[in-house]
Amino acid sequence: MAALAEFWRRYRRNKGAVVGLAVLCLILAVAAFGPLVYPDSPWDMAGAPFQPPFSAAHPLGTDTLGRDVATGIVHGARVSLLIGFVATLVAVGLGVVVGAVAGYFGGRIDDVAMRLTEFFQTIPSFVFAVVLVAIFTPGIGSIVTAIAVVSWPAVARLVRGEFLTLRTREFVQASVVLGRSARHIIFVEILPNAVSPIIVSGSLMVATAILVESSLSFLGLGDPNMMSWGYMIGASRSVVRLAWWCSFFPGLAILLTVLALNLVGEGLSDALNPRLSREGR
Amino acid sequence: MTAPPLLRVRDLRVALPAGGDRTHAVDGIGFDLHAGEILCIVGESGSGKSLTASAIMGLLPRSVRVAGGTVELGGSDLLGLAEDEMRSRRGRLLGMIFQEPMTALNPLMRVGEQIDEVLAVHTDLPEAERRRRVVELMAQVNLPDPEQLRLAFPFRLSGGQRQRVMIAMALALGPSLLIADEPTTALDVTTQKQILALVKQIQSDRGMGVLFITHDFGVVAEIADRVAVMQHGRIVEIGPVEQVLNRPEHPYTRALIAAVPRLEPRPARPASGVPALVARALTKTYRTAGGLFVRRRVVEAVKSVDLEIRQGETLGVVGESGSGKSTLGRLLVRLLAADGGTVTFQGTDLLAAAPGRLRALRRDVQMVFQDPYASLNPRRRVGAIVADGLIAQGRPRAEALARARDLLALVGLDPAGVDRYPHEFSGGQRQRIGIARALAVEPKLLIADEPVSALDVSVQAQVLELLNDVRRRFDLAMLFITHDLRVAAQVADRIAVMRRGEIVETGPTAAIFRDPQHPYTRELLDAVPGRGWSAPT
Repeated sequence: MAALAEFWRRYRRNKGAVVGLAVLCLILAVAAFGPLVYPDSPWDMAGAPFQPPFSAAHPLGTDTLGRDVATGIVHGARVSLLIGFVATLVAVGLGVVVGAVAGYFGGRIDDVAMRLTEFFQTIPSFVFAVVLVAIFTPGIGSIVTAIAVVSWPAVARLVRGEFLTLRTREFVQASVVLGRSARHIIFVEILPNAVSPIIVSGSLMVATAILVESSLSFLGLGDPNMMSWGYMIGASRSVVRLAWWCSFFPGLAILLTVLALNLVGEGLSDALNPRLSREGR
Repeated sequence: MTAPPLLRVRDLRVALPAGGDRTHAVDGIGFDLHAGEILCIVGESGSGKSLTASAIMGLLPRSVRVAGGTVELGGSDLLGLAEDEMRSRRGRLLGMIFQEPMTALNPLMRVGEQIDEVLAVHTDLPEAERRRRVVELMAQVNLPDPEQLRLAFPFRLSGGQRQRVMIAMALALGPSLLIADEPTTALDVTTQKQILALVKQIQSDRGMGVLFITHDFGVVAEIADRVAVMQHGRIVEIGPVEQVLNRPEHPYTRALIAAVPRLEPRPARPASGVPALVARALTKTYRTAGGLFVRRRVVEAVKSVDLEIRQGETLGVVGESGSGKSTLGRLLVRLLAADGGTVTFQGTDLLAAAPGRLRALRRDVQMVFQDPYASLNPRRRVGAIVADGLIAQGRPRAEALARARDLLALVGLDPAGVDRYPHEFSGGQRQRIGIARALAVEPKLLIADEPVSALDVSVQAQVLELLNDVRRRFDLAMLFITHDLRVAAQVADRIAVMRRGEIVETGPTAAIFRDPQHPYTRELLDAVPGRGWSAPT
């Protein structure tokens, strides 16, 4: 409990991170409760097409087919956040296991794991994601898979680096001498000491995942049954000069979410590595 | 002495940032240092001795500041000076040498250039003249072949040679005051001896004043004219070296001096004679991977070592850094894979044991590590750490935790500590926890790798006492690795002297100290600081 209070005290010192956290909470609230306020399907025609924003019926206007932009953004928040968090969880899980095994055992196993991550890292990640989604047919499952597949190598390298240094620490050697199993040493002794950088890079990965998802939807590779911010921008890109609001508000939503996640990531980094941040300022 | 002092410190106070456990790191100290005199400031970690040196040099870290007092050098106050005025005096009037010769030199500059830089910045001598001075300085600090060595990069130099370069830099402008902050702590004893002799010689040649910061009373006995003992930011005792070391008055000084291990071998104990562990022809060679353009480097860390430890006996392995003594300890517990040889323990070859058998054997051979800060997992509670070995053996968790409480009591800690995290304990207490962890599985052999080198001298004495006590109580065989002959004299029944991967001499402690056979052993014994001084009893 005291540790948590101390953590919060250090986090609070970064004002940007507090703002980011507030914005993120707001977006989470919209994703959770928004559909209760806007219960209609975002795909339904809600009024005449090209209604300008700031009217009582359509606060953010309507698009080329008369769909309500506000409803789209509220429902899109769910999709964006869901994909962002789930894809990151999968990527971090995969990356931690590969990186931990490579870093702890070293030698031949390390060689194989690292050549594998290099193989993934040499392919431009967005092109790779596009190819994967195209092969597996667009859908929420294939999008999450594609994002996870292109983002785990970075986590694996990070975790491997942490393990390489922690493995030589004396408390790890003590555990070996006591006859503890490799599994115990990896998950109980080493991993908790490597968790700070993983959390920090994970929070930044959520932001990247949301951007990748939006880009895929923009290219028409989103889940056809789910409204997403990227899809909204893509669908109205040809009428940008005629109806700016159709792409402006979804774009603003993406900007705010990604910015908030980056600020939170930076704040976590400061709070979890107090020594690094104090020297910088 | 009637001449005015060279350095005059009055009521110096250095404030720590708010929120620490004390408000002042240095709390109103005052002393005089005369020309041609070596004043040692001695104290344990946290006594404020290093910050005193930094405050005089105007090199305090940003978070601490001078809160009051005066520091006068040759009659003019240093504390009120602006940064650029202070900078012009550094080097010219006061020179400083630091603890870490490895990091104090720029790795990308030739050593001659680094000495030359000091001259170039502070003087307007022509280049040829500066070059002559650099060679002269390097010769003065006894660096071999200065004309050639001038062009070498720091990585080619040994630790002792780098420290000599640092001293040459500090002396370049002929300062009247030299401040040395633990300049020999990172060096081996034989190198330390040479550097101490060098400092003393230069000081008397030039009639400089030297302020020498150290934690080691042996070094004090070796070099000091006068001694100031610091505790909690205050000077508790100051006086001529002979008086402070042999007739200490303040209780703290007395306690510190009493804790310095005496250089007399302890009385021998009869050993049972049953060998607990026998190593034969143990070999470890480190090879760096060679590449197309990189030559393979081969280092023979342990070369065909034979040793025997009998039940109930403590074997001290003594050697300087790089002698392979730590590698040897790690080979015996199979933290490192040996390249050859056998280690027979309870009738089994440890090195050839299958993983299943090895895990069973592990419980009988335990290790205590050097660094009390790195050897306990900061994210786990002390109880879980101590109980770890028992849980690994499949004992129920509740039983293991109950045993952990007993063990904490055994090593002299509060059993309630099981619920706390390692960072809540001091260095000495952590080392006790490390010992409790090793004892939990009731080993027959304990390998202690420099278990007291990271500790202050008073804590060191307590931990040695504890190790002696548990060895007696559990009839343990112990392999005690250390670089400090004083410590070895206190704990070891027999001593093995290691040098470059080989054991050059082995025998009963008393015999080794009385009549060393190998020249290297003699050299080591000769280099122990303060050899001629024996603490009063």
